[in-house]
Amino acid sequence: MTTLAAPALAAPAVPAGDNRTSLRASLHHIGALTRRNLMRMKADPESLLDALFMPILFTVLFVYVFGGAVAGNSHNYIQYMIPGMFGQIGLSLAMAVGTGLNTDFTTGVMDRFRTMPIARSSVLIAKLLAESCRSAVSLVVLVLFAMCLGLRIHTSPVNVLATLGLALAFGTGMVWVSMLLGMAMPNPQAVQGVGMLIIVPLQFGSSTFAPVHSMPGWLQAFTSVNPLSALADASRALINGGPVLHPALLALAWSVGLTVVFAPLAVARFRKRT
Amino acid sequence: MTAGFGIVPRMEPTTDSNNAAAVQVRGLAKYYGETRALDGVDLDVAEGTVMGVLGPNGAGKTTLVRILSTLVRPDAGRAVVAGWDVERQPYRLRHEIGLTGQYASVDELLSGYENLYLIGRLLDLNARGARRRAEELLERFSLTDAAGRPTRTYSGGMRRRLDLAASMIGRPRVLFLDEPTTGLDPRTRNEVWAEVRAMVDEGSTVLLTTQYMEEAEQLASDLTVFDHGKVIAAGGVETLKRQVGGQSLTIRPAQGAQLDAMIRCLAERGLAAVPDGAGGLTVPAVDEAQLTAVVAALGTSGLGIAALETRLPSLDEVFLAITGEQSTVPAAVPAPTSLESVA
Repeated sequence: MTTLAAPALAAPAVPAGDNRTSLRASLHHIGALTRRNLMRMKADPESLLDALFMPILFTVLFVYVFGGAVAGNSHNYIQYMIPGMFGQIGLSLAMAVGTGLNTDFTTGVMDRFRTMPIARSSVLIAKLLAESCRSAVSLVVLVLFAMCLGLRIHTSPVNVLATLGLALAFGTGMVWVSMLLGMAMPNPQAVQGVGMLIIVPLQFGSSTFAPVHSMPGWLQAFTSVNPLSALADASRALINGGPVLHPALLALAWSVGLTVVFAPLAVARFRKRT
Repeated sequence: MTAGFGIVPRMEPTTDSNNAAAVQVRGLAKYYGETRALDGVDLDVAEGTVMGVLGPNGAGKTTLVRILSTLVRPDAGRAVVAGWDVERQPYRLRHEIGLTGQYASVDELLSGYENLYLIGRLLDLNARGARRRAEELLERFSLTDAAGRPTRTYSGGMRRRLDLAASMIGRPRVLFLDEPTTGLDPRTRNEVWAEVRAMVDEGSTVLLTTQYMEEAEQLASDLTVFDHGKVIAAGGVETLKRQVGGQSLTIRPAQGAQLDAMIRCLAERGLAAVPDGAGGLTVPAVDEAQLTAVVAALGTSGLGIAALETRLPSLDEVFLAITGEQSTVPAAVPAPTSLESVA
C-alpha cells in the first residue's frame, strides 16, 4: 500500500541533517525549566514539608527512642547515626527525581516540552537541579538540628564536604534506578510505593541506624554488601575519624555499577517515550 | 492495488503537488500490536488553509497529530511539515509547529502567566520578550484577570484557551489542534472557534481533528474523513456535504392534525417526508432549491408552520452515507477490518 502512485514529496528546503540546540541555548532552557520546577515547589509548599521535617522527625525519633538502647546514651547515638543519615539525602533526592518525572509524564506537560525545539536532556537535568535544591534544604536543616542536639564535627569542614560529595555520588547512581522506575510506573503514587519497597530494606538493613554485629548472620551478609552500610561507615569515619578508604571505595563502586547498568536502560526508555 | 485505491473517493485534489503544501503525508502507518492505528494515510494541507480531520474515536486522528508533531514515530510512510521531515529533522520541524491536544498540557501548579513565560523562554525569547509575548496572549485570550492564578483553579474553557495561547507563543507556521472543543460548553466553543479563525487570518496553517461535523463545517475548507486508520473520504467541505446529501429539514405543523396533509402535500411535489415521531416531519437531504420549494408549497396550500429547522448531517450520517456508497461498488471493498476481527 505504501507504494501507491501518490505524488512524491517535495524535497526539504535543506537536504538533510537536523540542527541540535546549541550548548548556550540548552543552558538557558535548563535555567527556565529549573525555575519552573522550583516554582512548582513554591506553589505546593506541602511538598517541602517532608524535606524540612523528615530529617527532624527521624533524628528525634531515633535519637531518643533507640539512642539509649543502641549506643548507651543519646549523645553517642547522635555521633553514630547522623553521619549515616547524610548519605541518605542522596537517596531521597534520587527518588524525588523519579516521582517528579512520572508526574510530568502523566500530565500533558511533557508532551508540550517534547514538541518544542529543546534538548531532551534539559528536562532531566532541570529536574535534578531543582531536586538538589530541595535536598540542600533538607541537609542544612539536618545539620543545624543535629548540632543543636549536640553533634560535634571531630574532623574538618573539608571532611563534611567530602561526606556530602559521597552522598551525591551515590545519589547519582540511584537517580538512574529512580528514573527507570518513574518511567515504568503508571502514576506517581506507584513510583513512591515501589520506591519505598526498595529504600526501606536498604535503609534499615544497613549499619545506618544500628551496628550490625548483633544482627543474624544472613542479615549481616546483606548489610555487608548494602551500599548504604558503606556510605554510613564512610560518612562516620569522615566526621568522627577512622579508616575511610575501604567503605568510601565500596560506596563509589556501587555508584559506578548502578550507573553502568541502569543509565543505558533509563536513557533508552526515556528516548522511547520521548 | 488499484482496487484498494478505489475505496478512497478523492473527489477533488486538495492541493496541487507543485504547490507548497504545509503538511504532506504519504503512506503513513502506525501499528500498536495488532491494531492498525494508521494504515497507509495520504493527506495534503495547503499553506494558510484549515484541514479538518473528521472521524470517530479510535479512527487514528490523534495518532496522526502525534506523528506530525514528532511525539510518535511512524512505522511506515513519510510526513513533511513546513518543509521538514518528521523523522529526519524533528528539531527543525519543532520550530514551526504548535500543538493543542485533547488534554490541556499546561502546568497545573503554575499561573497562566508563568506557563506562557516558560514556553517563551524555551523558545529562546529573552526575559523581556517572553514577558511581553505572555502578556500579549493573555490579553488576547481574555485571561489577563486570571493571569496570576494557578491554572488548576481555571475552568475547562480557560484552560483550553491558555493551551491555545501556549501553542501560539512561537507564532507557528503549522498548528495542530486535536479535538480543541471536546468537552467545552457552546459559548466557550464559539470563543475557541473565533481564535482559530484569527490564527488562520494571521497566516497559520491549521490541521484540526474533530468528531463534530458542525465544527469542521465552521472552520475547515477541506475535510479528510478517517475510519479505522484509513482515509475513507477527502475533499472540499461543500463537495463532501453534497456527497452525503447536505442538510435535512424538520418541520412542525402549527396544527398537529395537519401533519398527514403536509406529508401528502410534499409527496405530490416529489419530496419524501416522513413523520419524525415527535409531532413533526423530516425531509432528508434537501438542497437550497428544494428548501425554497417546500416553504412555497406549504405556504400556497395554507398549511401553517410552527417551526422549521435545517440540520447538517451528523457524523453518523456522514459515515452511513460514505460507507453505504462504497458497499455498492463490487470488489472494490475489502472485508471491513474491525478490531474484533483482527484481535
